[in-house]
Parts: sequence; C-alpha cells; structure tokens
Amino acid sequence: MTAERVAVTPAAADLLRNLADTHGPLMFHQSGGCCDGSAPMCYPAGEFRTGDSDVHLGELTVDGIDPVPVWMSASQFEYWQHTHLTIDVVPGRGSGFSLEAPEGVRFLIRSRLLTDDELRAFGLA
Amino acid sequence: MTTYAAPGTEGSIVSYESRYDHFIGGEYVPPAKGQHFENPTPVTGQPFTEIARGTAEDVERALDAAHGAAPAWGKTSVAERATILNRIADRMEANLEALAVAESWENGKAVRETLNADIPLAIDHFRYFAGAIRAQEGGVSEIDGDTVAYHFHEPLGVVGQIIPWNFPILMATWKLAPALAAGNAVVLKPAEQTPASIHLLMSLISDLLPPGVLNIVNGFGVEAGKPLASNRRISKVAFTGETTTGRLIMQYASESLIPVTLELGGKSPNLFFDDVASAHDAYYDKALEGFTMFALNQGEVCTCPSRALIQARIYDRFLADATERTKAVKQGHPLDTETMIGAQASNDQYEKILSYIDIGKQEGARVVTGGEPSDLGGELSGGYYVQPTIFEGHNKMRIFQEEIFGPVVSVAKFDDYNDAIKTANDTLYGLGAGVWSRNGNVAYRAGRDIQAGRVWVNNYHAYPAHAAFGGYKQSGIGRENHSMMLDHYQQTKNLLVNYSENKLGFF
Repeated sequence: MTAERVAVTPAAADLLRNLADTHGPLMFHQSGGCCDGSAPMCYPAGEFRTGDSDVHLGELTVDGIDPVPVWMSASQFEYWQHTHLTIDVVPGRGSGFSLEAPEGVRFLIRSRLLTDDELRAFGLA
Repeated sequence: MTTYAAPGTEGSIVSYESRYDHFIGGEYVPPAKGQHFENPTPVTGQPFTEIARGTAEDVERALDAAHGAAPAWGKTSVAERATILNRIADRMEANLEALAVAESWENGKAVRETLNADIPLAIDHFRYFAGAIRAQEGGVSEIDGDTVAYHFHEPLGVVGQIIPWNFPILMATWKLAPALAAGNAVVLKPAEQTPASIHLLMSLISDLLPPGVLNIVNGFGVEAGKPLASNRRISKVAFTGETTTGRLIMQYASESLIPVTLELGGKSPNLFFDDVASAHDAYYDKALEGFTMFALNQGEVCTCPSRALIQARIYDRFLADATERTKAVKQGHPLDTETMIGAQASNDQYEKILSYIDIGKQEGARVVTGGEPSDLGGELSGGYYVQPTIFEGHNKMRIFQEEIFGPVVSVAKFDDYNDAIKTANDTLYGLGAGVWSRNGNVAYRAGRDIQAGRVWVNNYHAYPAHAAFGGYKQSGIGRENHSMMLDHYQQTKNLLVNYSENKLGFF
C-alpha cells in the first residue's frame, strides 16, 4: 500500500488557498519546544531553510495551489515517527512567524497512531 | 480571601486604556497602516482593549528612534543608568498590586502568582542589574614592561527583543534590564497574545527613560516580529519561544552576522529517589509540592516539571499521595487570591493542550486524574480552563517528549540511579530538571549528570536573580537572570597601548 504521514482538513486547506493567493507557494515546518512549540509553522516556500537535519514528511495536496511540503527536524522525527499528523485550524492568536496568525486563526496538529498497515509501509513494523 | 474586580470595572484598582498604539521615541504613535487588533482576556474570552497591528514601517520608525538615542545612552555613566533602573523598580513596587491584577487579567494566571512571583521578581531583577552594572569591572593586563591591554565593556548599540506570553512583564524584564543596564537602546515586540500589560507598565515608568531608549512595537510575528528579527539595523536579537522560530531567527541573524540568545523550552524531568519517602515529615510534604509544581502558571513555563520520574520502590505510594495533592489544586477565577490555577493564555493554547491529551490517551497512557477541559460556569465559561492532569506511561510516548505547555505531567518509574539518569536525558531538550533526595551525594551526582542548564535540588520553580538560567541541547543558546547576561549585551573593546619611546627596529 502507499501510506501518507500527513494530511490536511478541509478548513485548513481553504486557509492554505487564501494564504497562497497572498504569499505564493507555501511550506510547513513542525516546531518543538516551548510557548507555541509543537505548532506547525507555515511560511512562504523557501523562507525557512531546511537541511540534512530535517525530514520531509510529505506533501499536502490542496486543489488550486502548489503542493505544500511538510518538514520536521530529524531529531524530533525520532519521537514522532509512529504517528500520523493532520493539519487543522482553530481560532487563536498564534505566534512565531507563521503566516496565518493575523487572520485570527492558528494551524494545529491533530495526531493519531499509524495503523499496522501504515507501519509496515514505512518499514516500522 | 479577596477577589479583585476586573480591570476597568467598578471598584477595580487598575484600568487598561481602550487602545494602545506603538511606544516609539518616548511617545505613543499610531501604526503606519492604521490597523489595530482586539486583545481578549483568557479569563472570559472577551476583548478588553485593542492593540496596534504593527508592520515593517513601524519597526523602521522604532529603529530610527533607537538609533537616535543609542549613542548618548551608551555614554551615560553606569551610576546614571543604575539609578534609572532602581527608579523603575521603585515605581513598580509602589504599584505592585495594580500590576499584578493587570497581569493576571492579561494572561489568565492566578493573581496570587503575580502578587508573589511575577511582579516582585521583575522588581528585583531591575535592582539586580542596577547593582551588577555598577559592580562590573573591565580588565588591565600587563603584556610586558611597556605594553598594557585594557579591556572595556561597550554597549552593542540597538538590540531587538521578542517576548513570550507566559510571563509577559517578567520575561520582558529579564531581557530589558540587562540590555538597558549595559547601555543599549531596545526595540521590543511583546507577544500578540499578551501585548497590553507592558503598556500599563510603561504608563508608570516611561518618563524615567530618555526618549528612544526603549521602543515597543506591537503586532503579529510575521508582520512585526520578522521585520525586527531580520533587520540589518539591529546588533543582536533575543528570543524566547520554540525551536522552528528559533532556527528561523538564527538564519536571519546569520545574514547580518549578529549574535542571538535563544530560550526555546524543554521537557523537564523531576526525579524522586526512594529515600524521599523514608519518613512522612515536612520534607516528604515538600517533595509532594515539588511534584505538583507542574500546575504552576497553568503549566505554561518553559521549565514545567512535566516528566515526573519516581523510583520503583516508592512509586505506588508516592504517586497516590501526589495525586491527592494534585486533586486539591483549586481552579477558579484568576483574580481570586485563593485560586491556585487559572486560565490557559489563549484559545489555540487550550486547543493544543487538548490535542496532546488526546494523543496521550491514543498512545495508551493512563489518565490518573484530570484529562478534560474545565467549565467553571458563568462568565468563566468563555475562558480557557484545563483540569490538572496526571498521565502514567513511558518515556517514548509523545506526551513525555513534547512541551505541552499545560497543566499536564507524565509519570514513569525508574529502577536505579543509572536508569533514572538515562531516562531523564532521553529528550531533545535540556532547560530544567528537579532532583529530590535526602542523600546529598545522590542529589549532587544526579544534578551534575542531568544535561540541563538549571537543576533544582530539593526545590523547584525558584527564579531568583543571580542564578543563571538557560538551556543545554535544543533548549537554546545563552543564559539569562545572571550578571553574565551583561556579556550577551556588550562588546569587548581591547585597547592595546605601548608606553615605550623606542621603535621596534623592523623598518
């Protein structure tokens, strides 16, 4: 089977379309640590420089805009690799330099455990 | 018992203005684009003031003011700067209660904490750096009989500071006091979740500082924080927050070749060795309080003791007693002095905590107590309240590895010393840790073996000035809360002077 590590809710997809209208192609980098840590940070593509210390988790497919890559630091991925991540959006103030904060909303990660089939597909079982 | 009236209501000891612009060049100026945003209190979810929505134009204006003020400010005597910092502290002390109520309303934290911790610590911090800068010495090194190296401290110039929302006034003070003491001009951006209380502070102290020395630009990270952090006209940037933004700020700093200090959080272990329970005395009672410190400030502390590791021999009994202590935590109106835990600072924070409780349950962690949001009824139903929560699980679970930033502790047991240290260090972070033991040798060794910048031994969550605070590993770069912070805000000027009348003879 083909398995995906990341997905996006319809509400978050709508928001991404709006943000892409203003900012062009987009990317996510999943944060860790305090305050607004553990939040997915949305930037114009290329604004945040990824490197060998990052893992490319996948691409979000949103109708009408370029695929949105999702990244995480490799060290954090060690602890997150058994979970599937869905990017959602909630009302909020946000912080960091993520693009959606001025809209009065905040991207949020919803997590679930990977299924046995997905674990096998990723070589984890 | 007292319940303070909400700011701006009848009988309240403090009122916010209905709107705050930017504080630039010693006066309030409206945002260039004319936009403001509403600022809600997490106590009820209702807006209580509106705040300027700053952009790059406003940041440039603030930097103009700061660069105008920096040369003269940097040449003031240390006595003069220390006097100003002491006067700031005196004004704050005279208005402690009002500041504490305002801070509670802004952030949602219990007023007993702002009365007894946030504001008194901030006052002491200004006084500490007033003293530290007076006592700072340069250096004189005799290189040889004719040559002397003089080392002077000089300010960096204009610095940018980005403040978090968990202790809005105290965290601003941690950054401002050393920067101002060292003779720098500052452009500061408060968190967009808690932008107002710093302006209430400014209403008390702004006349004490020369115009342009301290400038405050409000707004969202992407619109105001980024133009500040990436600006070529700052000589340093300081940030408290999370790892992705920390990396981004370092990227910007690398383009300007300027230094950064970063405080990026942790997942602090709190270790309870079995001798803790060798007697049921005052010390045991203190250790139970040390466990329950995860609920302090609603868990919104970078050093929240959110991983409790308990030695197997005392595990069941200690956890039962600690659970009882946790159940006694009184949640309520933050302005009630009896309240021990108030509201989470924002809706998105509240949602994030609940999403972590969800993944904790999915991963099979056992909810010992809590695990749900709280509805406190009445006007508080619109606020953001979460029950103090204890999870039981193992260190590979995500709730053991990520800073939830809520009143949630994840508990596991350890067999022996080596197991304890291995688990404590099995984390990306290294900001805080706690060690509880009656055996001084064990406590000392554990304190040295844990890879964290601050290890509390037989206490937790104390933040006195003159005890350095900062992270190992991915928890950041630099130290705060200590005179060594002056170095983070100063250049070293070496004057190498030769006192000989005679040439070298080379040319």
